[in-house]
This record gives sequence, C-alpha cells and structure tokens, in this order.
Amino acid sequence: MSGRAERKAATAARHRLLPGGRVAGPMPWIIAIMMFVTVLAAAAGLGLGAAVQSMRADLAGRASVQVVEADAQTRAALAAQTLRALRAAPEVRSADPVPSAVLADQLRPWLGEEALNGDLPVPALIDVMLTPGDAGTKVDRLRQRLAALSPKLRVDPHAAFLTPLAGLLSALGLLALGAVLLMMLATAAVVVLAARGAHDSHRGTIDVLHLMGSTDVQIARLFQRRIGLDALMGGALGFSFGIFVILLIGLRLGATGSELLAAITLPWQGWLILVALPVAGVLLATLTARWTVLRALGRTL
Amino acid sequence: MSAIVQFENVGLRYGLDSETLSDVSFSLASGGFYFLTGASGAGKTSLLKLLYLAQRPSRGVIRLFGEDVVTLPRKRLPGFRRRIGVVFQDFRLVPHLSAYDNIALPLRVAGMKEDEVDAPVAEMLNWVGLGDRGDARPATLSGGEQQRVAIARAVIGRPEILVADEPTGNVDADMARRLLTLFEALNRLGTTVVVATHDLPLMAQVSGAQMMKLDKGRLADPTGTLRYPPRARDDQDRGEGR
Repeated sequence: MSGRAERKAATAARHRLLPGGRVAGPMPWIIAIMMFVTVLAAAAGLGLGAAVQSMRADLAGRASVQVVEADAQTRAALAAQTLRALRAAPEVRSADPVPSAVLADQLRPWLGEEALNGDLPVPALIDVMLTPGDAGTKVDRLRQRLAALSPKLRVDPHAAFLTPLAGLLSALGLLALGAVLLMMLATAAVVVLAARGAHDSHRGTIDVLHLMGSTDVQIARLFQRRIGLDALMGGALGFSFGIFVILLIGLRLGATGSELLAAITLPWQGWLILVALPVAGVLLATLTARWTVLRALGRTL
Repeated sequence: MSAIVQFENVGLRYGLDSETLSDVSFSLASGGFYFLTGASGAGKTSLLKLLYLAQRPSRGVIRLFGEDVVTLPRKRLPGFRRRIGVVFQDFRLVPHLSAYDNIALPLRVAGMKEDEVDAPVAEMLNWVGLGDRGDARPATLSGGEQQRVAIARAVIGRPEILVADEPTGNVDADMARRLLTLFEALNRLGTTVVVATHDLPLMAQVSGAQMMKLDKGRLADPTGTLRYPPRARDDQDRGEGR
C-alpha cells in the first residue's frame, strides 16, 4: 500500500471508531442559526464602522461660512469680501460660494416657493475646504480671522452637524460587534453541551478504547473532528444564508438613493472578516470540543 | 520466574459499602497460567478490574511489570493497558464496528500501520472460526460468536498479560477447548494468563495452571502462595475428603 493510501486507510479506520452521521444532535442547525445572526451582526458592525469613517473623512476638512446680513446688497458685498479673505487664508484649500439657485433648491421643501422670492433674508453660504491637518484648530483660526472682518460671519464645521449621528452609528457598530462576541461565546457553550452529550452517549465505546490503551488525546481527536465537521456544515449554511441576506440589504440600501445609507458599505477587509467568521467558528467548535472531552476524560481513570 | 503481578494487602471498596476485596495479597509469575475461581459475588470481576487497570484499589499496593500502578500518573496508564489483553464478561464489543474492526481495535490503538493490520486480523478471525463473518456487526452475531470476537480482540496484540472473565461461558465444549488451546499457545509464547471461571473441568485441562480462590472478597489461601495446580488441588481435596 502506498504511503498516501496507507494514511487514508488508517484515517478511515480511525474515523469508524465513532458511529457514522452526526454525533451532536441538532448542534449543526443551532450553529447555522448562530452563524447567520453572527454574520449579519458583524456585517452591520463593519458597515456602520465604515460609514462613520467615511463620513468623518468626508466632513472633517469641510466647513460652511454663513454671511448673516439682512440687506441683500450689503450681504453680497460682504460675501465677496469674505470669499477673498478665505481664499487668501493659509488654512483654506478652496472656498466656493454656494449659488443662490442651489440654496433655493435646498430650502424649498421647508420654506416653499413664496419664501424664496427675496422678501426673506437668506444668508449667503460659502463652502470651504480646509487644508489637511487638525480641522478643529484650523476652524478656530478661521473664526478669528473672519471675526476681524465682520461679526456677521459664522463658521460651521460640517463635522459638528454629524457628530451625534456618527456617535449613534459608532455605538450601533460596537453593539453589533458585541453581539458577535456574545454569539461566539454562545457557540462555545453549545459545543460544550453537545460534546458532553456526545461523550456520555458514547461512553461504552470510550471505556473500551481506554481499556485497550487509547490515550485521552486519541479519543478527543475523534470527537473534535466530528464536531468540527458538524460545525463546518452548520457554519457554511448559516454563512451562505447570511451573505445572501447582506447582498439583498445592500441592493435595498442602494435603491433608497440616500447618501447617508449609501455610506453603509462593506470594505474588502470587512468581507475578509465575514469570510473568516465560519472558519473561526469551526476552529472554536473544534477546540472547545477537544477541551470538553479532555476534561471529561480527565475525570475518569 | 519473576513476578509480573504483585498485590499487597489490597482492599477495594465501592463508595461507603463494605470492602468488596479485603487484604488480597498474591504474586503472579511471568509466563504463568492462573485460574481465578470463587462463588458469584466473591469479588472475581473486581479483582480482574484492578488487574486490567479499570479501577484503583482503596488501599494496598499493586505492582504490574515491576511498577506500582496505584500511584502511577494517569497519563502513563495507556502504556500499561496496551500490554494487557482483556476478555470482558459482557464482551464489550463496539456495536457499530464490524467483527473485523473490533478485532483490529487494539492494533489500531497501538498505532500499527493499516497494511499490517489485515493479516493478523484475518488469521485471528479464521482461528476463532469467524473467517466469513468479518463484516458482521456484533448485533448480528450469536452470543458465542460475540465471545469469540472478544477473545480474538484480547489476544491479537500478543499481550504480556491476558485477563479473561468467564471466557467460555457462552461457547460449546469444543469451542471452549479451542479457546483454551489458544490461551495455552499464548501462554507458551510468554503471556501470563489469568482466567476467571467456574468451569472446574476446564481448569483441569490445563496442566501446570494454578488456581486462586476468592471467598467473600478474600483470597482463600491467605499466604498468597499458589502451590497447587488445579488437578493436584482436586486430588488433595479428594484425599482430605476420605
């Protein structure tokens, strides 16, 4: 017999020591459900995390300058003066006035057509892109610079608008990752129960193997392999279904047309982490089964 | 011959019950053939359990192969167990394994290469008259056939000590004789054989074998010296009866 065939035959003979089929009852199905929830929670956590990062990256270097002046002519003159001052400031990479048509479009849903006919003093807006670096300090310097120009100028960093939202998204992301950890713990607990049950129901075979000189590790290997395979089956099923649902949700998010929701995307590192989840699940189940069986065997002679 | 098994003042108690075995002391010579006899409940199976390391005694010293196995670390027990073949009273065949795989078990546990397993297992199956039943599961075998598989499994690894608990209880006289011949053959190769049995005629068939008698957990010969082969003891008993 060749070396490979020999190893194959020896492995097959070893595997026959436990009866065929599953050893741990409904464990694969429970692991499938837990893997499904874990994948969804992880995807939510990673997606929200990526959204927060993307939001921060987009908004951290941006600010708006409002020219709050009731008189339209004075406002236009002050806006032009401010624009020149901004473009000359070393903190500013670019400064562009927001066209009044764009401003009108944005205000129309709230103020209606009548409100934009010129009777209502709407501040002039200038979009400012800051140079790279600490945005907070640059905004402070800009405020000082513009305060010297006129007290009617307000600088609003964009990051400030979304700080509460980013905080909420971060908290949700952390909650999702916490759920992943809890799921992993629950998986380990299920495997402990399943391995104990399997150990108890095969006690007769284990006793015989022990009395013939099997070591604990030899016996534990039988269980860890079988429970690992069960976990692989359940994990693959839960993972596949989870990915299917994530792709469906992705399509739905894209269809909303919302910039905020569209920011919830999974970067490639996120996909890698998702793929690693069933692998980690199988590894966790295998090691937990080994530990449980070794502990149970350690209590016997 | 050197002692392969030594019991010194061994006692065994299950839980809070009274002692099942009390002050058992004896020594078995390497290569000897021993019968263990006694009434039901005398403690034969308990003594054998101590011998094949399924149980530790409550007190006393047991030496196997020259080492104290009472204080032996648990992780060293498998190495000792591989040197002992056991025929259990209830056979303890693995139900989902074929007769072939049951017999091959000790060889596989010991790590024998798979291509070296086939020949001895086939030979052993033929020897116990089950050459054509290798694929049969224990549930499909008769009691006698199961017992033969259990015996084949116990002896296939050429153990240094063979412990058999009522090994001929379920087989006919012819098969009992054949099994005993196998035990004797192993014994001639150097295996120390310990057989628990009620079968006095069977004991009489093995010349040179010695007998230990247990009575209510105590060895009937308190000196631990096994002086009388069964036939001689029978003769002596008859002489005393006259």
